[in-house]
Amino acid sequence: MTSAAPRVEFPHEPGTVPQPHRGAAWRGLLIPLGFLAPALLLLGIWMVYPTIATMWRSLFSDRGDAFVGIENYKRLFTDDLIFESIKNNALWVLIIPAAVTAVGLVFAVLVERVRWSVAFKIAVFMPLAVSLFAVGVIWRIMYQQDPERGAINAAFAGARGFVAEEGVLSRAQPSTEMLQGSPAQGFTFRRAVAPGAVAPLGLTAIRAPEIPEEAKDAVLPGPLENGITGVVWRDFSPRGGTTGKVDPGELGIPGATVELRDERGKKLDSTRTAEDGTFAFAEVPEGATAVAVGQGTFAAPFKGVNWLGDKLITPAIMFSYIWVTAGFAMVIIGAGLAAIPRDVLEAARTDGGTEWQIFRRVTVPLLAPVLTVVFVTQIIGVLKIFDLVLAIAPGSSVDDASTLAYVMWQRSFSGQNLFGLGAAISTFLLLLFIPFLIVNIRRFRADTK
Amino acid sequence: MKKHRWNLLALLLVLLLCAVAAGCGGGDEEGGGGGETTAEEGGEAVSGSVNVLAVWTGAEGEAFQAVLDGFKEQNPDVTVSYKSAKDPAAVLSTAVEGGNPPDVAALPNPGLMRDFAGRGAIKPIDFARESLQENYAQSWLDLGTVDDKLYGVFFKGVNKSTVWYNVAAFEDAGIEPPTTWDELLEAADTLKASGVPAYSIGGADGWTLTDLFENVYLRTAGPEKYDQLAAHEIPWTDASVKEALTEMGKILGDTENVAGGTSGALQTDFPTSVTQVYADPPKAAMVFEGDFVAGVIKAETQAQPETGYSVFDFPAIGDSESVALGAGDVVVMFKDTPASRALIQYLGSPEAQEIWAKRGGFTAPSKNVSEDAYPDEITRKAAAGLGAAEEFRFDLSDLQPAAFGSDAMFTILQDFLKNPKDVNGTAQKLERAAAAAYKG
Repeated sequence: MTSAAPRVEFPHEPGTVPQPHRGAAWRGLLIPLGFLAPALLLLGIWMVYPTIATMWRSLFSDRGDAFVGIENYKRLFTDDLIFESIKNNALWVLIIPAAVTAVGLVFAVLVERVRWSVAFKIAVFMPLAVSLFAVGVIWRIMYQQDPERGAINAAFAGARGFVAEEGVLSRAQPSTEMLQGSPAQGFTFRRAVAPGAVAPLGLTAIRAPEIPEEAKDAVLPGPLENGITGVVWRDFSPRGGTTGKVDPGELGIPGATVELRDERGKKLDSTRTAEDGTFAFAEVPEGATAVAVGQGTFAAPFKGVNWLGDKLITPAIMFSYIWVTAGFAMVIIGAGLAAIPRDVLEAARTDGGTEWQIFRRVTVPLLAPVLTVVFVTQIIGVLKIFDLVLAIAPGSSVDDASTLAYVMWQRSFSGQNLFGLGAAISTFLLLLFIPFLIVNIRRFRADTK
Repeated sequence: MKKHRWNLLALLLVLLLCAVAAGCGGGDEEGGGGGETTAEEGGEAVSGSVNVLAVWTGAEGEAFQAVLDGFKEQNPDVTVSYKSAKDPAAVLSTAVEGGNPPDVAALPNPGLMRDFAGRGAIKPIDFARESLQENYAQSWLDLGTVDDKLYGVFFKGVNKSTVWYNVAAFEDAGIEPPTTWDELLEAADTLKASGVPAYSIGGADGWTLTDLFENVYLRTAGPEKYDQLAAHEIPWTDASVKEALTEMGKILGDTENVAGGTSGALQTDFPTSVTQVYADPPKAAMVFEGDFVAGVIKAETQAQPETGYSVFDFPAIGDSESVALGAGDVVVMFKDTPASRALIQYLGSPEAQEIWAKRGGFTAPSKNVSEDAYPDEITRKAAAGLGAAEEFRFDLSDLQPAAFGSDAMFTILQDFLKNPKDVNGTAQKLERAAAAAYKG
C-alpha cells in the first residue's frame, strides 16, 4: 500500500543537472508537464469537467432552460423519498464499514490457522471478481420468498422438514360455517355432539391431486347408538356442488385425525379416518362436547421469510454487500498481518499473554493503520451504493431500500427526467464524500513520507 | 519499476485511443443521419441511411429486424441500423440532452412523445397524415397529435383488456370464462374451493396494478370520466376513483385467493405472475394482463394453446359498454431526412405490421391488417379485442407525467395491495402525487 502514490521522476540524473541558460527554466517545467499531460487531460475530461458541469447544472430547471438558484436543493430536502434515502445512507455508513472491517479481520486472522488457507482465501475473495450488478441478480433470486424459488428459504424449508411432521393435507378451508378454526388449531364442528350424532366435516380449497391415492368416494355413515360417527371429505365438485352435503363423486379424505374435545378445547380422544373419509368413536368420554379435524391433519407449508419485503430489504442488501467486500477486507488486512514483526508476537507469548490478549493488545493496535484504510475505503464505497439496490429490491420495496445514488438515478434517468434535481442530489453526495476523501489523501501523504 | 512504467504508458495509450475512437464514432452517426440523399421528398428511390432505436430485444428484436428488412427490400439504397435499449426513455433523454439522438425511435408511451415535442426534440410528421388516415382509426391519430401537429405513428399496439387463464384449472373447478364482474368474483370463489387460488398478481411490477385499476375504472366510471381523469380535470379523490378502488379491492383483498398471499404478490414480478399460472401444480388460475402474456407463456412454459392456456376479455362491470384498454409503441422522428420520412411511412403501413403479426406476439394498431396475418386463434382473439370493442382508451398511466404515471402511481397502488381496505387514503395519496407531478 505504501508505494501506491505515483511519483514523478525527472528525466535526468540528479547529479547531472544541465548548466542554467535561457529557456532552461521553461524546459524544466515543460518536460514534467509533457509527462503529466495525458493524465491531466483524461482527468480533466472525465473528472473535473463533469463535476463542475453537474454543480452548475444543479442550479437550473429540469429541462435546463431556466436558472432557478437553490430551488433544486429546496426540493431535495422536501422530497420524502430522498429523506428516506439519506436515512438509509446513514444506516449503511454506520453499519457496513465496521461490519466489513470486523468480518475481514476475523477471516484474515482465522485463515492463517486453517489447513487449506489458499482455497479458503480464494473462496472468500471470489465474489469481488463478480460485477456488483450480477451479484445483485444472484441475491435477488436467492432471497425469493417462495421456498421453491429462493435458495435461502429453500434451505430453511429443508431444515424444517426434518423437524415438522407431515400431515395428509397441506392446507384446507372449511366448506361451511359449521366448521371453525384454522389449519394450525384444527377445525371444530360448531354443533355440540352427543352419543348417536353424525358429523359431516367438509373441507375445501384442496387440489384433487393432494388427496391420498387410496381415497374412495365419501359416504355419510349411519349413527352409532353409543358413539359418534362422521365423515371428513373434500366438499367440492366441479361448479362447487352443494356445500355441506356429501355429493356423489366427492372424495373422502383418508388418514385425517379426528378428535373429541371438551368445552375448553382439550383433546379427549382421537382416531383416523378410513379410505372413504368416515370415522367412528365407539364410546364418548365424559365431558366431550365437540368433534374436530385435528391439526395433525395439516402440514402448513413453510411460507418462507419475506427477505425482499419492506422490513428486511435493507438488511438483506447489506448482507450481500458484506458477502462481496469481506474478501477485499480480508486480503488487505491479511497483508497487514503478514507485515507484523513476528518477534513482537513471540515476545508477547513469552510474557505469558493469552491468544485473546495478544490479539487485542498487540495485533489490533499494530494493524490500526490498515484497518483505517479498509474502514475509510468502505465508507466511500458505501456512500455511492447503487447497483445492489437496483438489482435486489423488487419494485414494491425499492423505496424502502433507496439510497442517494439510487434516487439520483431514479429521478433523472428512469424516465422522470428531473435532471436539475438529479444534479443537486449528485452535488450533495459529493459534499458528503469530501471529508472522507480528505482523510484518505492525508493518509496517503503520511504514508509516502 | 521500469516495466511498471511501460504498462502505465500502454494503458494511457489505449485509453486515449478509445477516447478518439468514441469521439469519431459519435461524429459518424451524426453525419450519417444527414444522409446523402438524392431523391425528392416522397419519391420512390430514397437513399441514405437511417438509424432506429427501440426497446425490442431477443425474439421481439428479431421480429422488428424482419420488419426493417422489408423496408430495405423496398428501398435498397437505404442503410438501416437498429439499436435496442432496455430503457429507451432514459437513453433518449440523455441523447437529446447531449444533442445526439437517433433519426427515428419507438417510444413506449405518448407521454414521452409529448415531452419531446414540447422540447422541440422531435419533428412533425404531417407529411404522412393522408396515408395514415386510411390505415388507422381516428383515436390512434389523436393520440399521436400534439398541438394539432401529428408527431407519432403507432407501430405496435397492445390490448390490455385480456385475462389469461389455465384451462385445466378452470375445467377442474367446472367453470366457464366469466363475462361479467360478478361472474368473475363467483368463479374466483369456486376456484378457491377447488384448491387453486384464482388470481396471480405481479405486484412487484407496479404497472400490472395500474393496468388492473385502469381496466376497472374504465368500466365503473366510463370512458368520459376516464378521459377527464387522464387529463387530471377531475381529482383522484373523486367518488368514481373510490368506487373503482373498492371494486379492485374485492380482488386484492381476497388474500386467500391471491397466489402467495399479499406478501407473495408484492414480490412477484410480471413474468413470474404468468409462469406460476402454468406451473405444475398451478399456483393460480388466471392473470390479468395484456396480449403480450402469450409471448411469456410460449417462451417460458410448456402450456399449449386451447388445451393449456386461453384468454377471455376483461369482463364488463355493471352495465358497462364494450371498451378496450390498450397501449402502444409510437414511432417518432428526431431528424427530418428523406430516409426517416420513408421509414415512418413504411412503419405505418399494414404490410410492415403484417410481417411482425405473422410471427406472433404483436397486435397491429392499423385497421387494415388482415386477421389471417395472426398465427393462431388465441392471438387473433386477443388482437381482435382491440378492434372489436366499441370504444378504445389508451393506458392512463402512460399518459401521465412520468414522475406520477411510472413512479408514484406504482408505489401507491403497491401500498394499496398491501392494505386494500384503505380506499380513501389511497385516493388522497394518488391526488397528492398527481398534483405535485402536474405542477412540476
